[in-house]
Amino acid sequence: MLNLPVIRWGEPYTSLEVDEVVHFATGEPIARVSRANGGLIQRDMRKAARAREALRAIPIDELIARVGGAGELYMHAPLPMGDGTQSPDEFVHAQSASTGLPERMCRANMKKNAFVLAGMRSILTALTRGLDFEVLTRGHGEERQVPISYQAQSPVLGLVLPSNSPGVHTLWLPIIPLQMGLVLKPGPQEPWTPYRMAAAFFEAGIPREAIAIYPGEADVGAAVLDSCPRSLIFGGQATVERYRTHPRVRVHGPGFSKILLGDDQVDHWERYLDMMVESVFVNSGRSCINCSGIWASRHTREIADAIARRLADVRPLPPDHPEAALAAFTVPGAAEAISKAIDRDAQAPGVTDVTAKYRPGSRLVKQRSADYLLPTVLHAASADAAVARQEYMFPFVTVVECPQAKMLEAIGPTLVCTAITCNEEFRQQLVDAVHIDRLNLGPVPTTQLNWLQPHEGNIVEFLFRARAFQTAPLD
Amino acid sequence: MQVQSFTAAPDEVGQARAALDARVREVVDWHFDPASGSPFWLERARTFGWDPRREIKTFGDLRRFGEFEDEWLRGGPVERWLPRGLAGRPVYVFETGGRIDYELFSATLPDEYFPKGSNWLMLGPSGPRRLRLAVEHLAQYRGGICFCVDLDPRWVIKLIQKGWSEHLQAYKDHVIDQAVTILSANHDIRCMFTTPKLLEALALRLESIGTTIRKAGITGIFSGGTEFTPQWNRFAHEELLDGAYMTPTYGNTLMGLAASAPSGPHNGYKITYYAPQPRAVIEVVDFDDPERIVEYGETGRVRLTTLTKEFFMPGLLERDEGEREPPYERYPWDGVSGVRPYRAFAATTTVGVY
Repeated sequence: MLNLPVIRWGEPYTSLEVDEVVHFATGEPIARVSRANGGLIQRDMRKAARAREALRAIPIDELIARVGGAGELYMHAPLPMGDGTQSPDEFVHAQSASTGLPERMCRANMKKNAFVLAGMRSILTALTRGLDFEVLTRGHGEERQVPISYQAQSPVLGLVLPSNSPGVHTLWLPIIPLQMGLVLKPGPQEPWTPYRMAAAFFEAGIPREAIAIYPGEADVGAAVLDSCPRSLIFGGQATVERYRTHPRVRVHGPGFSKILLGDDQVDHWERYLDMMVESVFVNSGRSCINCSGIWASRHTREIADAIARRLADVRPLPPDHPEAALAAFTVPGAAEAISKAIDRDAQAPGVTDVTAKYRPGSRLVKQRSADYLLPTVLHAASADAAVARQEYMFPFVTVVECPQAKMLEAIGPTLVCTAITCNEEFRQQLVDAVHIDRLNLGPVPTTQLNWLQPHEGNIVEFLFRARAFQTAPLD
Repeated sequence: MQVQSFTAAPDEVGQARAALDARVREVVDWHFDPASGSPFWLERARTFGWDPRREIKTFGDLRRFGEFEDEWLRGGPVERWLPRGLAGRPVYVFETGGRIDYELFSATLPDEYFPKGSNWLMLGPSGPRRLRLAVEHLAQYRGGICFCVDLDPRWVIKLIQKGWSEHLQAYKDHVIDQAVTILSANHDIRCMFTTPKLLEALALRLESIGTTIRKAGITGIFSGGTEFTPQWNRFAHEELLDGAYMTPTYGNTLMGLAASAPSGPHNGYKITYYAPQPRAVIEVVDFDDPERIVEYGETGRVRLTTLTKEFFMPGLLERDEGEREPPYERYPWDGVSGVRPYRAFAATTTVGVY
């Protein structure tokens, strides 16, 4: 069994307290992970400036090249993992075993991470809008004969990471080339990506003192947020509410991503069925970018029925099956609780579980000690139904009947909105809607990301402050 | 990690057991004598159908009283617990042990690190709690003066529950500010009681201003009040204390202070507590069958018996659990390690807040 230590600025530290990472189906231990304590992090953060200093000694261009090399290693090489090593295949097996995600999805997420590392130059160029990277290193420069200054707001970025979706790691991959250190608190069931990525970075020549990894409980997450001047945290709605106004913390929670069909296009809804199914179903519906609501003024029952029929045959398959599409729920009782909540949702006036008639049995499927939820499509005859703005972590969508004129007011916060309309007035209203983050005009799946664009805010703007800066010669 | 053992010799264990049985007879005689006993026990004795003074001879015989229900301690009148034999003596509503507690505990503190005559800092919950008084008495008993900085844990719990993290940090800073002010004021403070969380906060603050616990003058610390894990114990020794001596303690108003056996790299920083026997006794019992004492090393719920003239409490099931540990050479009776909130209550309790 692998033993994963705490990593304190690149140095392993074996804690006297360990947590076991277990196989979701068998309960068999896969790794023993050292548990950090909050004080240890606060103490280490006194040396956070060294992380940035070590990285600033290497030009950003060179760091981009090194993380590109790290991407190759991450994808293809055996790499140190705690007191052992892990091949890419072993990494995939382990990640699938602890997160319940099918192996093919783990491989897809690996490719995503490697793609971002390989394309780092383009991504940083896009996120900085073509800024000379030297400006970020020095803190100031000149552009179009105007002095400019981008001041780093922190020597490190803290991350309190989730267990449920290994895809989110793409968000922190640009941090090292931006010459900022990483302070990672892995999700309890997904320590694999932070450790493997750190190992790849180290082998590719990233200074060890630039990266710290602190597995642990809630006090560790709190210490990361308290100690780092800038942090990202992933969590549920309660976490979002808690940190929404915290200037040092950017919070990533449920996406409530949606597809809106305009009145001018809704009669052609069948053309967009593939796009709608993909948006709901990809990555087992676990991501914040998965579609949880499809809104239209008419044809909603037919749309719901068509999606339900398309997803009716989906069944849990072994995680190593090449066609496995459903992720297991690894927290005992979680799937059952969600299923009961949906049953309650479906009892509201005007709400129907459209999938129920296509499902031979229960939505909840128990296989050995793993729980699965079969894809579920609800229909809501009114936007007033609470479930119209609900999101669950599996392929779940509510098709909502709502007049176009009321849609934007009714949809609520929306991370990704795909709008199918040629109506210029509606398109402009969508562009202007401040509660929509990512906007796709046209049949773009909500799950399709362009890595050159910001996600839930531009990370560069979160980490660097544009400010006035003037110089004058001294006598 | 190499583990050393300091197990007590069998004859020492036997002597301690004999002393405990003698104590049981003495305390039962006192509490069930109509001239000296408390109204609570005298009233209950009338329902027994047997005479405790005749039939309770050993510690084991105390099981005849059955489980002591913590509900009995709630509500008044408080006078029902006051032994008639102590009538007219001053009473503190949080106090149960009197002088003997800190005298006994004082003997466990090495003079090298807790020099007699030096002054103390009590950094932690005071208010209507016994702890502050115990620490203050301890300081005075050892010839020193105690400086106190208060922390209100009930307010801290509210801040956590409300999610007011900035207020929580501000309150913590406010408490540590006061401690630093006192430590910087030339009072020759060498000894300190504090909780693990406050010790950590103080050490980190001192480090941030270029000094350490040790350089601030502290040579000896006893710490307790919240869960004390081996990892935190190690972290404190390796990274916070700068050579100051620290001894973990476990206790509450009903037991007094339980001392700990030395811990360090030799035993994986495991902390084992020993009750101040014979005035209080800790047992580790089966979660489902409290009549069964678990085997050494096995996990169970802590059961506390208090045997003082001021208070008699046979077999209260505590809100803690841990592992039963064998007698230690200095404390030749059973101990408990890994003390943490009892699992059935842990999910609903906000713990470790200060």
